[in-house]
Amino acid sequence: MTAQQKATLQKLGPFIALLVVSGALAIMSPDFLTVGNLMNVMRQVSINALIAFGMTLVILLGGIDLSVGSILALSSVCIALMIQSGLDPVLATLLGIGAGAGMGFANGWIISKGKVAPFIATLASMTILRGLSLVFSGGSPITGLDSDFFQMLGGGYVAGLVPVPVVWMLLMFAGFWFLLKQTVFGRHVYATGGNEEASRLSGVKVDRVKIWVYTLSGAMSAMAGVVLTSRLNSAQPTAGTGYELDAIAAVVLGGTSLTGGRGWIFGTLMGALLIGVLNNGLNLLGVSSFYQQVIKGAVILLAVLLDRAGKK
Amino acid sequence: MKVSMRGICKAFGPVRVLENVDFSLHGGEIHALMGENGAGKSTLMKILSGVYQPDSGSVEVDGQAVAIRSTRDAEAAGIAIIHQELNLIPQLSVMENLFLGREPSRFGVIQRAAMRQQARAQLDALGASQIDVDAEAGSLSIGQQQMVEIAKALAMDARVLIMDEPTAALSAREIDTLFALMRGLKARGVAIVYVSHRMEEIFHICDKISVLRDGCFVGERVIADTGFDEVVKLMVGREIGDRFPGRDVLPGAVRLAVRGLSDGRHIDGISFEARAGEVLGIAGLMGAGRSEILNTLFGINRRTAGEVWLDGAPLDVRSPAAAIAAGLAFVTEDRKSQGLVLGMSVRENATLVHLDSYARLGVVNQAAEQAAVAQQISQLRIRTRDAELDVKSLSGGNQQKVVFAKWLAKPPKVLLLDEPTRGVDVGGKAEIYHIINQLAAAGVAIVMVSSELPEVMAMSNRILVLHEGRQTALFDAANLSQEDIMAAATGTAGHDTRTTQD
Repeated sequence: MTAQQKATLQKLGPFIALLVVSGALAIMSPDFLTVGNLMNVMRQVSINALIAFGMTLVILLGGIDLSVGSILALSSVCIALMIQSGLDPVLATLLGIGAGAGMGFANGWIISKGKVAPFIATLASMTILRGLSLVFSGGSPITGLDSDFFQMLGGGYVAGLVPVPVVWMLLMFAGFWFLLKQTVFGRHVYATGGNEEASRLSGVKVDRVKIWVYTLSGAMSAMAGVVLTSRLNSAQPTAGTGYELDAIAAVVLGGTSLTGGRGWIFGTLMGALLIGVLNNGLNLLGVSSFYQQVIKGAVILLAVLLDRAGKK
Repeated sequence: MKVSMRGICKAFGPVRVLENVDFSLHGGEIHALMGENGAGKSTLMKILSGVYQPDSGSVEVDGQAVAIRSTRDAEAAGIAIIHQELNLIPQLSVMENLFLGREPSRFGVIQRAAMRQQARAQLDALGASQIDVDAEAGSLSIGQQQMVEIAKALAMDARVLIMDEPTAALSAREIDTLFALMRGLKARGVAIVYVSHRMEEIFHICDKISVLRDGCFVGERVIADTGFDEVVKLMVGREIGDRFPGRDVLPGAVRLAVRGLSDGRHIDGISFEARAGEVLGIAGLMGAGRSEILNTLFGINRRTAGEVWLDGAPLDVRSPAAAIAAGLAFVTEDRKSQGLVLGMSVRENATLVHLDSYARLGVVNQAAEQAAVAQQISQLRIRTRDAELDVKSLSGGNQQKVVFAKWLAKPPKVLLLDEPTRGVDVGGKAEIYHIINQLAAAGVAIVMVSSELPEVMAMSNRILVLHEGRQTALFDAANLSQEDIMAAATGTAGHDTRTTQD
């Protein structure tokens, strides 16, 4: 096997892992490999995948965004309040996603211009934004969002088969793939993550790249918030707690390096699907939710160890 | 005391790095190990110091075969290596570094007084009495850190000391101190292996020289019986022609004019002009402010006083992006940390600066990009199997050519060069000089900082000399001696600005 073939195999690792796990589950449970169940898995995965796409860019920069769950909660609280007050649901949704982008922008600005470590900056904003969503909602869920449009965003189906959130996920996947692979911006993300100093000296406006990346991460979190709020038909101020860890797990499972500069969006989609398939399969098999956590953690560890071994 | 390595072979996967290499070393000699990048010098020394195991071959110390399976075995055999990248822990004190892993202790409690006393004695024995044993290692100069490493090696009773490019980051004064120390060790019977690209130093300090080429041992010479040309021929396997290719370009109009440039910290009142087709050299000791002039011109450091004109128009840049937009290009000193994005491909590095030229509405035209890179690879003679290879896998000289490619995708008006041939082997250097000459012929004004005096003198039309942030001379490079430059660089020529042209 040549070095190049080995590198390709390595890159496809997450995909192969997904096939292996799916194959095993298909054998063990007859309910797994049905169209209905697979669509169900995809819909469950979509929220994590949307957040993880944005997180992939953040991690490619060598950063981290802990505030995604709080951004999700605060944007959905904002959207729910706007709809409740009679604002047009389409406009409210767009404004909500814009609000998420704005929160991400603030993260990016503090990190690049204020030179605060991403972990610290987003730890702080995670806490602040969570607090604000409790303040704005009065600490209780906001319900009664009577809008067919809004309920369709998370609960609808295209052609009576494909859930709308899955369509969002696939569209965003295509968009991020194009952004990273085909655009100047994408190249600058890889370069800045690979060597910030060399990139700056090559004329890359690294501060601008960082701000954009965190802004995108915020917008994606808000979009995930739209899907979640729509499906629950209510906004929960405590929604999205711990989602940052699921997103990071998907990115890392997908083979993106936490030190930045190396990774791809396809891997993240595979990572998110792998986590989703495991969740679903273990449920179908009736494994206790306590053991599910143990198994999920072990799978993440195993995947990363295999990745390590493959690189040697 | 004698060390012999016989028939050493080593392969990494399918790549044979060393093939049947013999190398012998005697106590009390300084033995240069030379070869182009990739010739196998580092691998051979890593085998001797226990980092790698040979696939076959033997190592004998004083006629006894020894198995060196780890760095610990090497230490036990009295072999120590001083790596090019120093290995001190910057947050720990000098003495904590000296005794790392073998701290004098009683019941697990460190005996600080004993440690301090021994550390002091060891440094004093090397003539390094100015180093404070309680100082943080990271606060020392590079030269002092190297002293600490040498002291650490000798404290383990090293009888063989391997030094990999020890002078690469040292000032002229620190090099003198190092050489005096090396002569002292030699007199004590220590054998020193000296790995370096700097010919002048090798002929100055070494007794013998062994040359590797493409993983094979090609010869050993006594320094007194050989010369520069023979050594180069051994290394590259052919005559390289002129070491410094000539340039026949008459300087044209002034492109870059600098008046009274200061950054408020490192440089003060710098004035010079660089003309189209001219190479203006900047010489001086380490820390004299050479790189800071380039950093200030390129918008990395803030300019606090002075004026800069480019092609007759005032230039005020506050970021590298603005400098690039104005037509400046900057080949930085440290290729790994400032020049290249290691981990990205040759193609991606080569188009990093001017990627916009191959893009419309922010979308890269991959075919146009690949075509442009292919052309640059052949034009600059970058030796790589594939433009998609990680730039990390290239030799130093070819990496540096990728850095040039990045800047030359669009011809700059002014090219700033900071140590353009550092870590580049002899053959690669000549090719880089060719590129510089071609750019000069195309009308680019070039400002070049270099620590290698022969390089500055041969490549420049004029030479600006700095001493502690101020310019002490602006020489015409013709008929200039190294002594003239050193006198100005050390400030012994007085502080008057001497100009022998204009």
